[in-house]
Amino acid sequence: MGDIRSSSISRRELLAMIGRTTSAAVMYQAMSSLGYAAESDFQGPVSLEGAPKGTSVLVLGAGLAGMTAALELRKAGYKVQVLEYRDRAGGRSWSLRGGDTYTELGGLTQHCDFEKGLYINPGPWRIPYHHRGLLHYCKLLGVRLEAFVELNANAYLHNSKAFGGKPQRFRHVMSDFNGYVSELLAKATDQNKLDQVVAKDERDILLEALRRWGALDDKYAYTSATASSMRGYDKDRGGGPDGAPTPSTPISRADILNSRLWQHLSFPLTYEFSQTLFQPVGGMDMIAQGFAREVASLIQFNAKVTDISQSDSGVTVTYVDARHGGQARQAKADWCVCTVPLSILSQIRNNFSSTLQAAINAVPYAPAIKAGLQFKRRFWEEDEAIYGGISYTDLPIGQVSYPSTDYQKPGKGVILGAYMFGVSAVEFTSLSPSERLQRVLEYGTQLHPQMSREFDNGISVAWHRVPWTLGCYGMWKDDTRQQYYKDLCAIDGHTVLAGEHCSYVNAWQEGAILSSLSAIERLHQRVVAGR
Amino acid sequence: MSRIHQTFAAVLLTLLASGVALADPADLAGANSFPERDGQHLYTSICQGCHMSNAKGATGAGTYPSLANNPRLASATYPISMVLYGQKDMPGLGGFLDDAQVAAVVNYVQTHFGNNDGGKVTADDVKALRQPNYQYFTLD
Repeated sequence: MGDIRSSSISRRELLAMIGRTTSAAVMYQAMSSLGYAAESDFQGPVSLEGAPKGTSVLVLGAGLAGMTAALELRKAGYKVQVLEYRDRAGGRSWSLRGGDTYTELGGLTQHCDFEKGLYINPGPWRIPYHHRGLLHYCKLLGVRLEAFVELNANAYLHNSKAFGGKPQRFRHVMSDFNGYVSELLAKATDQNKLDQVVAKDERDILLEALRRWGALDDKYAYTSATASSMRGYDKDRGGGPDGAPTPSTPISRADILNSRLWQHLSFPLTYEFSQTLFQPVGGMDMIAQGFAREVASLIQFNAKVTDISQSDSGVTVTYVDARHGGQARQAKADWCVCTVPLSILSQIRNNFSSTLQAAINAVPYAPAIKAGLQFKRRFWEEDEAIYGGISYTDLPIGQVSYPSTDYQKPGKGVILGAYMFGVSAVEFTSLSPSERLQRVLEYGTQLHPQMSREFDNGISVAWHRVPWTLGCYGMWKDDTRQQYYKDLCAIDGHTVLAGEHCSYVNAWQEGAILSSLSAIERLHQRVVAGR
Repeated sequence: MSRIHQTFAAVLLTLLASGVALADPADLAGANSFPERDGQHLYTSICQGCHMSNAKGATGAGTYPSLANNPRLASATYPISMVLYGQKDMPGLGGFLDDAQVAAVVNYVQTHFGNNDGGKVTADDVKALRQPNYQYFTLD
């Protein structure tokens, strides 16, 4: 094949050639070494060959992990049955729309009164471009995607204790922070104060870079004369005789630093949140619906698992009707892929090994809350020119996110009015849904005064009160990961676990899918080896 | 060190600090500890989320156990450990509550909801049950 670097053949041609002549795994390896595909642990479509005829697998849970397993195992020739607690597929890949009702633990029911076509994703809501496993299944299942706006330069950064509580535009904070840092560094360089660390030939390049990056003037100062190209104008450039712009004045360096709003600047540039991100058109549960179109016939809904019992030859699972209780029923299979969240699994009677039981019991579930608010009009677009993206605040609501779709559409709109973790999420979980909404609105009004006037209706999901998960996602820390993670993922008798909790991509749908693919590949190898 | 050097160093430190802070979304929103001090407010702000206002818990696919009329709460060690370290689904809150807060909420639960055994837990009792160098969960 020769040395890639000295060859005149293009990378694309080379990959096509490798693809024609070798397996998917070799293709993937080749892609990695050429700089494609290197970000993801996704190894390409799973290929399970040589499944013994008639071998059965029972899958517990019809979320993304369970349905991935069901889809692939059936394709490989296994006899698959799925048990699901709820009356619908998808698990945490979930959307709430007008007409839906949701009853949280404690018995309080919320009715979602959103307009047709409007929704909120209480769980996962964005898909990074490097979540290749999930993107693979979206493509396979015909799930249409659109861009999810993470970074909106015109959204707000808000510290209730800075600038008199007035929210600042992201672009102002970003431009001014970059400008002042560049100015300091450029001046220190220009005044030869960095000569010991910056070699002569780097010096001029560094100065040129800082001047461009920070929008500095010829004397390396960050002032209103040059800053407007970054931060925008007080009066924007127009047409005709009066079209001349009025430059804007940067916020002072001290105010920028003291406000601590700079802490939000790098978030949309971090690996998981940098563009391009996607969302399914019409709601995250379009992915669940896509899977369900393929595997719904395999799923027994409303099945509450009460006992998992393994023997030398297989697995027997006892379940009852989740709505009415009554007569216990049993499902038997040669193997079991269990994707039940550990918050629930830790309470289900079982005869797993003590090492697996210890691992299941070592993972507490995170508190998290989302609230969806419908307003009479899209005031964030009409009044404030905010199209998609996220505003961040130090208030308990954490953030406000604007829809990345239906821009400029007349009529009502839904925004994410709160996305809470940690202490705030715990405290808001303890409130009733109506108190939760009231407080979300009170805090939100500090960013958008229009909220109180334009509010129409809303709905909130506190994940510790979600009856089918008792929490948002499994939490790991260094010592528990070290002590329990491998045991949690290992095949135990005739059972293997999967779900985001069995991954390093915690709380993401990608984690559910990658863990499921890993689980069924290892299970398949075991089956094939033992036949 | 000249003034500009000092400022430059401060900015660099700030930059470094921002990188660390942003790895942790919880730092971006709200407080990192619970402000409530007395047992009742700690219960209604924290425990009630899962164990409910009547302390009777709730059941879905799994169950939040009832704390009402619960004889297991009578010993001090059990409820203190539960609050500090959690169990299964329940995250430990030892990293978010100080010893006096843990004692206050344990005393409250031990003397309400049909429980009437205990109520004499002190901050020192809690301190004695804290494992040295234990890494608490951060709740995200």
